[in-house]
Amino acid sequence: MYRSHVLVCGGTGCTSSGSQAIINALETEIKKNGLETEVQVVKTGCFGLCALGPIMIVYPEGTFYSMVKEEDIAEIVSEHLLKGRIVSRLVYDETVADTGIKSLNDTAFYKKQMRVALRNCGVINPECIDEYIGCDGYEALGKVLTTMTPDQVIDTILDSGLRGRGGGGFPTGLKWKLAKGNDADQKYVCCNADEGDPGAFMDRSILEGDPHVVLEAMTIAGYAIGATQGYIYIRAEYPIAVDRLNVAIKQAREYGLLGKNIFGTDFSFDIELRLGAGAFVCGEETALMTSIEGHRGEPRPRPPFPAVKGLFGKPTILNNVETYANIPRIILLGADWFKSIGTEKSKGTKVFALGGKIKNTGLVEIPMGTTLREVVEEIGGGIPNGKKFKAAQTGGPSGGCIPAHLIDTPIDYDNLIAIGSMMGSGGLIVMDEDTCMVDIAKFFLEFTVDESCGKCTPCRIGTKRLLEMLDNITKGKATLEDIDKMEELCYYIKDNSLCGLGQTAPNPVLSTLKFFRDEYVAHVVDKKCPAGVCKDLLSYSIIKDKCFGCGMCAKACPAGAITKTDYVAPGKKLPAYEIDTAKCVKCGACVGTCKFKAIVKE
Amino acid sequence: MKSLEELKAIRERMQGQVGMRGEEENSIRVVVGMATCGIAAGARPVLTAFSDLVQEKNLTNVTVTQTGCIGMCMYEPIVEITMPGKEKVTYVKMTAEKAAEVVESHIIGGNVLTKYTIKD
Repeated sequence: MYRSHVLVCGGTGCTSSGSQAIINALETEIKKNGLETEVQVVKTGCFGLCALGPIMIVYPEGTFYSMVKEEDIAEIVSEHLLKGRIVSRLVYDETVADTGIKSLNDTAFYKKQMRVALRNCGVINPECIDEYIGCDGYEALGKVLTTMTPDQVIDTILDSGLRGRGGGGFPTGLKWKLAKGNDADQKYVCCNADEGDPGAFMDRSILEGDPHVVLEAMTIAGYAIGATQGYIYIRAEYPIAVDRLNVAIKQAREYGLLGKNIFGTDFSFDIELRLGAGAFVCGEETALMTSIEGHRGEPRPRPPFPAVKGLFGKPTILNNVETYANIPRIILLGADWFKSIGTEKSKGTKVFALGGKIKNTGLVEIPMGTTLREVVEEIGGGIPNGKKFKAAQTGGPSGGCIPAHLIDTPIDYDNLIAIGSMMGSGGLIVMDEDTCMVDIAKFFLEFTVDESCGKCTPCRIGTKRLLEMLDNITKGKATLEDIDKMEELCYYIKDNSLCGLGQTAPNPVLSTLKFFRDEYVAHVVDKKCPAGVCKDLLSYSIIKDKCFGCGMCAKACPAGAITKTDYVAPGKKLPAYEIDTAKCVKCGACVGTCKFKAIVKE
Repeated sequence: MKSLEELKAIRERMQGQVGMRGEEENSIRVVVGMATCGIAAGARPVLTAFSDLVQEKNLTNVTVTQTGCIGMCMYEPIVEITMPGKEKVTYVKMTAEKAAEVVESHIIGGNVLTKYTIKD
């Protein structure tokens, strides 16, 4: 029996900032102080506040230590764990109030969040099935197998209004119902864990922090549609998640929660992993199933939909990791509970990976209908360095931008589509005034050009041409007619591509054109990049009357483009310098060296 | 595992452990003074006794935690018990045996053991 639990984040974010070394140090120090029977060290999944990692929480006090270093551990153990004195200098500053230490749930980052899918992340040890069971794990599966018919399960999910969290937003219950309605000797349940959007890591965190919830939900889905085999398609670039899933599957099999005759019923179900090799298109459902079958991951036309003819030609359901993470709670607490969260047409919560120009980079789960302003300014802690919010990008390479004047939009599926973006899987990248919107569109398009599988022409050649047009704009080589032509091409690609990758690839261009057309025009007509990002449109120069002739800039210039002139400015003693624009590589190294702000970028 | 009962048994055993990681507003708080003075006077076995008993008896609404020096070092080991809506009770010169009595009588039974509390 332990009197104190020390939870250390073992998610990918904190692991890269050294949490394993922290755990080792903790165990050594705890032993040194003879506390090994009193204090338990638990490696958990992601807490969400990745920006402050490595993160460590000590219970029962609930003390939140952030950015912990290995050398702090001896002090934390001897002061806090041995003597009960919280080391306040290492505590997350937002939890320090005048009255003492505040609860973590009262901090701005957590206050507006509601954790359903992430319920156990950062609370349990993901490699211990008993801890999951201690948090009501596998109770929903027991309930389903012993007291509900498959139709009742499907009706509950339908009634809850749960929609696919992978981005499309298709009603999950309906998907299950369609698959159940198709008779076959074999059916399959698949889980899409091929999370590929740049900057998105919701699914990874769920799998790393609470792998059993996905296994439990897939087994429930198997019972509902009449399947006996499940596959989790997960990208090989998620080694920690793969390890923990393997551990979880092994434990569940040992406990008889996967395998034959689960809970003594005649229902049997098992799950296997399939590793993706890093192709973005394999996140598309038909490509994913083709890849599981052992073929090259390419999409095929629909219909037939997977519910009719999916994996190995059998009826199949494919849901996203986060969708599954909601299922056991809906079964246990009921459809009415789930419906009470969210907006009219989007129920429940959504997990977002918050990134970009924001203070609290990390993972957040909010009720649908929370406004973007609340996410950015309150939960996210605002934009660093006093910069202004310019736009937020949702939906990754398939999504679009939400500009500053729409910051009060409540986030749900339909609102985001109405303003030309999409929910997507949940990447949310915040951009400030230093971001060039043309450059952002170009960034996402470079990604889709790389990841286009090449099967259909509109996507393979269309996105390539689109990227070339964007490139010309950022180099100042385009005309206004090119912008119109580019827009036309966008619609052509959207309408004619085979799968979701191509159909949504032009979205970043279309939405930036919609809200930031003036920036495109500035690139084309004025040959200027208003945010000062596009190198070809930039030029650096020295205001000679401000130059003291110290020569620091010339020393910093890697291209030897800065030289002394004969001109001595009034009131100065040394001759001024100048930049040879023909030699300048526009690296910007000189700007920081000038104490007199004599170098300007325009 | 072949039955729901087995699952329930694991759940109940584990709830006592993972239950610590929540933040209950209505819980009973047992605070043991664990400064140098407390430890020297024998606070460690007292703390261990409380946390073991609370988990053995599956008292999910009780939080056992530690604090620093309360300032009355001659009375150590000191234990404070706060119940929701009631005044704080301070026990002094505690031992592991006394702790067991306090758990039974005060925490479970609701009767303050005045023979161990601080005298004015």
